[in-house]
Amino acid sequence: MIGLRTSAVLSALVLLTLALAFAATIGETSIPVKTVFDTIANHLWNAGHAVDPIDAGIIWNYRLSRAVVAASCGAALALSGAVLQALLRNSLADPYLLGISAGASTGAVSVAILGVGAGMLGLSLGAFIGSVVAFAFVALLSLQAGRGTGAIILAGIAGAQLFNAVTSFIVTKSASAEEARGIMFWLLGNLSGVRWPDAGLALPITLLGLIVCLWHARALDAFTFGRDSAASLGVPVRRVYVILIGVSALMTAVMVSIVGSIGFVGLVIPHAARLFVGTRHGLLLPLSAVIGALFLVGADVVSRVIVPGQVLPIGVITALIGAPSFALILCHGRVLR
Amino acid sequence: MTLELRDVGWSVGFKKIVQDVSLRVEPGEFLGLIGPNGSGKTSLMSVLAGLRPPTIGTALLDGQPMKRVGRRTLAGRIGFVEQQADTIDRITVREAVSLGRTPYLSLLSPWSAGDDAIVADALDRVAMGDMADRMWQTLSGGEKQRVHIARALAQQPDFLLLDEPTNHLDIRHQLGLLELVHSLPLTVVAALHDLNHAAQFCDRIAMMDGGRLIAIGTPTEILTVDNLHRVFGVNADIEHGLDGRCHIRYRVGVDVSVADKKDRVA
Repeated sequence: MIGLRTSAVLSALVLLTLALAFAATIGETSIPVKTVFDTIANHLWNAGHAVDPIDAGIIWNYRLSRAVVAASCGAALALSGAVLQALLRNSLADPYLLGISAGASTGAVSVAILGVGAGMLGLSLGAFIGSVVAFAFVALLSLQAGRGTGAIILAGIAGAQLFNAVTSFIVTKSASAEEARGIMFWLLGNLSGVRWPDAGLALPITLLGLIVCLWHARALDAFTFGRDSAASLGVPVRRVYVILIGVSALMTAVMVSIVGSIGFVGLVIPHAARLFVGTRHGLLLPLSAVIGALFLVGADVVSRVIVPGQVLPIGVITALIGAPSFALILCHGRVLR
Repeated sequence: MTLELRDVGWSVGFKKIVQDVSLRVEPGEFLGLIGPNGSGKTSLMSVLAGLRPPTIGTALLDGQPMKRVGRRTLAGRIGFVEQQADTIDRITVREAVSLGRTPYLSLLSPWSAGDDAIVADALDRVAMGDMADRMWQTLSGGEKQRVHIARALAQQPDFLLLDEPTNHLDIRHQLGLLELVHSLPLTVVAALHDLNHAAQFCDRIAMMDGGRLIAIGTPTEILTVDNLHRVFGVNADIEHGLDGRCHIRYRVGVDVSVADKKDRVA
């Protein structure tokens, strides 16, 4: 059993590495895989391979950092989705349900258009603050509304509507056409400006989230028959709620503040993963993270190459590819059942 | 091996759902909890199971307040079967029963062959051993309820608490389930809807009305013409069988005014 688990983890890591390397070969100029690995070796342990400095720069500073952020982001969103679906006993739950992405956009437009913070705040920091405010609003509202799992979903919908309305209000009232276009691009998810410092934030947060969620895998299983059933199995329900919803909110807020809101991943990837390994979270959580990471790395590659000379918002790609392929998986899964 | 409530009350906001309940569950007995809809049976069961801390008073396990016992320990002592707990997850019967091992598992004591054996044994005891690989969604209501009991048995508890376990089952499965529970070597507390089932299976019956425990005793002491009239608003004759068990025959169409009056007061 241990051997099986180790080999599964190893093959997942190999798969992820290959995906990252593959993503780094593709773009306006395509670069051979060997050059990619040489560049990585040069940077990680000064291997001293002879690599064209322009290629090396493109790979290391532009494509790899971007691919690492895409992978972290996909893993984090998929994890958050899996956790929230289990805790709230609702298959439509996703990280954006907590009002986080709506709050992030409000924060971002406040900084970019209204000039809140007088240039001291970056777009990302503004988005992060906005998402934390929105999540606090949703959490408070759901606590006030009652204890049922329905409460947080309704509160999330109310929060998302409110903050989206504020965003639209600010954009229509104050933004120039140029600014509005930029904001739209960001709202649909955008990895263009991403560099290593972003990866240095996204990757540790994702790993931290993965560890915390895996730590609670059995507790999540115990929620299969609902909250009371989990409590009767010895799970400290309230503490698990606070920790896991908190971690999901943190992961989502960080990702949204770096790349904008990328829909679909958090909702759909956990369902896809469930069709492969079932609902036990010890397997489901890592597989969701891996599929989410691969999916977003792939989607980013497609967004860069599908229209020559132009980068599409990655959110458009995730929905365009994700929705039909999920429909296929769903129908196929039905046959299997 | 005792489960006890002392002057327990439980409220939601300012609404008192359960008031002034003192109750001691005796080791090895089958205690039935009866009462009309909304009399607080379900709330009392969840306080007794340690799921809700009482608003006032104390719930004790072995003489120790439950809030000091700790969730995991409690889960290893008390198995609780809710009313109609269902799931949309695609899990097998065996996986559902395996959840019962949750309180015993941690990073230091992961799943072992011993746990497999306990799960298999629990399945056998509810006669679901050969259905272990069936998907939950394909089970009938009675089978689902038996799986829930097996899940509770996998917790290896001393007390088994059941909240209206026979709801929505046909009569054969109602009787089968209660016979099964009755045959288990555990202390059982069950909220029951059907008074004849209570009369048939319980050693003692606790009767609730309006959130209060108004009487507790043997079936013959509790199931009297007067009590049924007063608490449930029905007219009935009580017959006493040779086995010492009593049987209730409801009289309908004789005097409906009592039930009407009770509804109006409520």
